[in-house]
Amino acid sequence: MVASIRHDQIEVGDSLPAQSFSLQRLNLVMYAGASGDFNVIHWNERIAKSVGLPDVIAHGMLTMAEAIRVVTDWAGDPAAVQEYGVRFTRPVVVPDEDTGAVVEVSGKIAEKRTDGTVRVDLTATFNGSTVLGRAQAVVALP
Amino acid sequence: MPLNPDFIGRTYPPSAPYQVGREKIREFATAIGDSNPAYHDIESAWALGHPDLVAPPTFPIVMTMKAMSVAMFDPELGLDYSRVVHGEQKFVYSRPVFAGDNLIVTASIDNIRSVAGNDLITTRADVVTEGGQHVVTAYSVIVSRATALPGSGD
Repeated sequence: MVASIRHDQIEVGDSLPAQSFSLQRLNLVMYAGASGDFNVIHWNERIAKSVGLPDVIAHGMLTMAEAIRVVTDWAGDPAAVQEYGVRFTRPVVVPDEDTGAVVEVSGKIAEKRTDGTVRVDLTATFNGSTVLGRAQAVVALP
Repeated sequence: MPLNPDFIGRTYPPSAPYQVGREKIREFATAIGDSNPAYHDIESAWALGHPDLVAPPTFPIVMTMKAMSVAMFDPELGLDYSRVVHGEQKFVYSRPVFAGDNLIVTASIDNIRSVAGNDLITTRADVVTEGGQHVVTAYSVIVSRATALPGSGD
């Protein structure tokens, strides 16, 4: 894969190819192990419910990691991402079933800068509600 | 119980070097379901002009969370971890993280404030090479919920 998107081909308002990601309990367990975040609310239903959550919820950082794939798959080279920030506005609830929680992510060019970068604004929804707020990435393009 | 305001402005000693391993990058990328060749295949990373495998944009959380936990689990801060959710996260890069990097994290608490009964802790983790070259800074807002109702994703 080689970065194929050039800065001079981009216009403000352009859409990036949208993607959807399915998160099952297995994905949460894998992310816990790989990241070192073993907070029980991400794998223990009993404790998640005891602290007022509807069920086990996905790590916010896992949702954040999935969302940026809309940018890295589009840019080709993931090293093009110079800044990436989000607010976690709603939990992604992951019940114990095989379908998984589906997070839909889309992106738009919000700003084109003279330094060869663009700002991409991302939208991530789960069950029709946004789960990330002010999700923005600054991406360097050739 | 409110958090201890004495922690505002506190900076912790630099961490021991974290060596970014190829297999750790592959494991992290696999965990997020991302098969991007730059994370897995050394030839593909070289073809993009990189010295080694590239780490995914959110990978630094592995080392910054570890460095920050020293502060978060300090009993004098007064944080009840069962009420903690992740409010915001941002990474600002000077350059990508590559396999083979030896990185040092310095964690700081920039602010503690109360909003609508919740305590918000704003933290910063500066990640540099052993030579002191800046690589990435991770900014986090950690929320200690006043009520049992969740307001966020982690």
